[in-house]
Amino acid sequence: MLHFSRLKTAAILITVALGILFALPNVLPQSVLSHLPTWLASSRVTLGLDLQGGSHILLEVDGDALRKERAEQVRDEVRRVLRDQKIGYSNLAVRDTTISLRLRDPADMEKALAELRKLAAPVTNAVFGGSSGEMDLTVSSGSEGAITLQLTQAGLDARMRSAVDQSIEIIRRRIDQLGTVEPNIQRQGLNRILVQVPGLQDPQRLKALLGQTAKLSFRMVDQSMSPEQALEGRAPPESDLLYGQDGRPYLVEKQVRVSGEDLVDAQPGFDPQNREPIVSFRFNSNGARRFAATTQDAVGRPFAIVLDNQVISAPVIREPILGGSGQISGSFTVQQANDLAILLRAGALPAPLKVVEERTVGPSLGADSIEAGKVAAYVATGLVAVFMIAVYGLFGGFALVALAVHVTLMFALQSLLGATLTLPGIAGVVLTIGMAVDSNVVIFERIRDEAREGRAAISAIDKGFVNALGTILDANVTSLATAVILFLMGGSGPVRGFAVTYILGLLTTMFTAYTLTRLMIAWWVKWQRPAKLPI
Amino acid sequence: MPLIDYIPAHTHIGFMKLRRFSFPLSAAISVFAVVLFATVGFNLGIDFRGGTLIEAQTSQGSADVGALREHLIDIEIGDVQIQEFGSPRDVLIRLGQVGENEQAQQNIVSEVKNALGPDYTIRRVESVGPSVSAELVRQSILAMILGAVAVLAYLWFRFEWQFAVGAIVTTVHDIFVTLMIYSLLGIDFDLTSIAAILTIMGYSLNDTVVVYDRIREMLRRYKKMPLPELLDTAVNATFSRTIIVSVTTFFATLALYFFGGEVLRGFSLAMTVGVVIGTYSTTFVAAPILIHLGLRSRTVEPKAEEPAKAGPEDVLSVEEAAEFIEAEEVVEGKSAPVPAATVPAKSAAKASGKGPKGGKRKR
Repeated sequence: MLHFSRLKTAAILITVALGILFALPNVLPQSVLSHLPTWLASSRVTLGLDLQGGSHILLEVDGDALRKERAEQVRDEVRRVLRDQKIGYSNLAVRDTTISLRLRDPADMEKALAELRKLAAPVTNAVFGGSSGEMDLTVSSGSEGAITLQLTQAGLDARMRSAVDQSIEIIRRRIDQLGTVEPNIQRQGLNRILVQVPGLQDPQRLKALLGQTAKLSFRMVDQSMSPEQALEGRAPPESDLLYGQDGRPYLVEKQVRVSGEDLVDAQPGFDPQNREPIVSFRFNSNGARRFAATTQDAVGRPFAIVLDNQVISAPVIREPILGGSGQISGSFTVQQANDLAILLRAGALPAPLKVVEERTVGPSLGADSIEAGKVAAYVATGLVAVFMIAVYGLFGGFALVALAVHVTLMFALQSLLGATLTLPGIAGVVLTIGMAVDSNVVIFERIRDEAREGRAAISAIDKGFVNALGTILDANVTSLATAVILFLMGGSGPVRGFAVTYILGLLTTMFTAYTLTRLMIAWWVKWQRPAKLPI
Repeated sequence: MPLIDYIPAHTHIGFMKLRRFSFPLSAAISVFAVVLFATVGFNLGIDFRGGTLIEAQTSQGSADVGALREHLIDIEIGDVQIQEFGSPRDVLIRLGQVGENEQAQQNIVSEVKNALGPDYTIRRVESVGPSVSAELVRQSILAMILGAVAVLAYLWFRFEWQFAVGAIVTTVHDIFVTLMIYSLLGIDFDLTSIAAILTIMGYSLNDTVVVYDRIREMLRRYKKMPLPELLDTAVNATFSRTIIVSVTTFFATLALYFFGGEVLRGFSLAMTVGVVIGTYSTTFVAAPILIHLGLRSRTVEPKAEEPAKAGPEDVLSVEEAAEFIEAEEVVEGKSAPVPAATVPAKSAAKASGKGPKGGKRKR
């Protein structure tokens, strides 16, 4: 075991050298880094959000809202189809994912079913992109002209997937508008989106930006009765009772004259007359045409600008707006106007998102954590070093060199793999400093045993290494098993960071404690030719 | 030479006899732990219970926890706990889950922020909604069970089933004791705690496996030695290693506890306890329990697996060792300083299954 071919020696030394090379950029100052080639300079450990400061936000697409919207959409389509075909019906109702109705004349059943079945579309397969053969809607008939349309789970899932995809795109656009930050946005499971934004000063603002659906619509104010009357009695079926930011009620027509989808640009600005912050917008040609038509018809009447079912403002149309651009004023602050412009530019989310998990760490706490972690690592190394040398003398020194290389390799691997170092990850590093010497101790104790049984020094060393290998493998594989499970179950958070350092630590100790230490001892044996063991 | 030699090289402690005390003790602690789980329970952190945690630091000399408490109770955000966190300037505010609504949870963060006023900077906000916390609970339990099963399977594959069962019993014992510490001291039990538990699991197994490895090796070598005596010999033989590694790991966890910062304090305390208890259980539970699991030398025989992966050709004989040293150097007339007799006998003994000291080893 003490013989190393030249090739093997070279391989070990090259591994160590590469480890040092790739770990080095982590401790070099920026001024030196800028002179290094990028492949090397970029070899740095990525700090987790809990160390560099930042926000980790898990959003969930509101499945209930999505289902409800889809069901209502189908209901509206049913209404349109039956009207177009001049089929009489009654009791058109939505309950959860079921749309039901009753035909006036059961004789129309065949025709109605045939027309309604056209509403169903095949579901696109999630993985292969092809059709999975399932439809998003089933249509069935009951007795006495009853018809039920049922949204299928496959269809709803497909809708959820595309809602998540769209949302990711829109979130990315919104965050990009904030400027400097580099967000990490990814899908989690079926209906969740993980957003990680480093170093943001104001997480509340980010959450406000993410949480808003930003569905903008321009609708006419219903003047057939006052909002107060509608509050007391019943609002007309064609209108909604909505509220302004100040809580004032408005009666607004359901019909959307122009929607936010037709916006091509939105910019924050100031009203030239009263210097109040406003958002000015521009429509595409379709939107401009419709906006012109609406304003031409309704000069002197108020219309409402509605954002997520809240009336932002309800100005009176003084003259037709034909240019396709306009402005929204709603007693905004400058930041509100800014954010609204961002939201309008990025587009509306397909469904509301809610924040189901948030972890935000300020940059000062992150810096404190790194500092504390460093101190703990130095103290642990110091204590272990003193103890190992006290117990094993020279061999303890070998173990410490191995330990130093182990820590170096861990950082090199983390840098190369782009793994994220989190606060629990630092704990993992410190912990492996204590546990890394384990393999060395197992070996040294075996060597002592062999020597005690009467073997000479060199033979004892050799036999010690042989006997220890199986033990080291077994011990590390069991630890590795728990670490891998921790990694798999750790989700995306800090715990996964711990699992990563722990796994890397176990792998590198097997190399440093077994192979590297053996090489060092082999050299020493060659050089000293010990007759007696120094341990 | 080492500066100190405190770690006794040749211990002859009758660990197996001590099981008369250690087994009832461990059983009692385990039962006590279970009772504690049922009565006191855990101080579940927001990861598992849902809710919000806010760490704030005042720019003034020290935070007035009492005033803050009154302040926050005024804005009626439900269950509020405030405590000093690490230094007098830092406070930790814990808010319970507010209903089922995630949005309400979000709103209270800004309310608290307003209530704290300009003297405080918010250093950390963690907020977990009810759906996520329920999931985290499920995942964590699954992780622990999967961990145990994976390890059981590996040990069964590498050793005999008695070892696997012994290791699991020992590990469960260690986990119970660690959990007991969480319950007794009311340490926040969160995702980091799961990491601590799984790490302790790994550490405890690591420790146990090293001893088991030696036991298996000795079972092959000394077929006729009575099991308790054999176990004692094996435990004593690995005792110094057990102690040394415990000490170094203990140093690491202690350094984390004192210097690693407030956020990691619960984690490092649990780890420190875990290291101590893992060491105890390896010696006093893992080894002696094998006696009661019906382990006999012959159960080891059918599996002809060698403990070492290395084949015999990797083992240098004394002559080869001497050659190795002198191969590239000028021979100085000094022969290899080794009496050549002892070694080949051993490898022969290994092959035939009879140790030089046979079954009638006397002490």
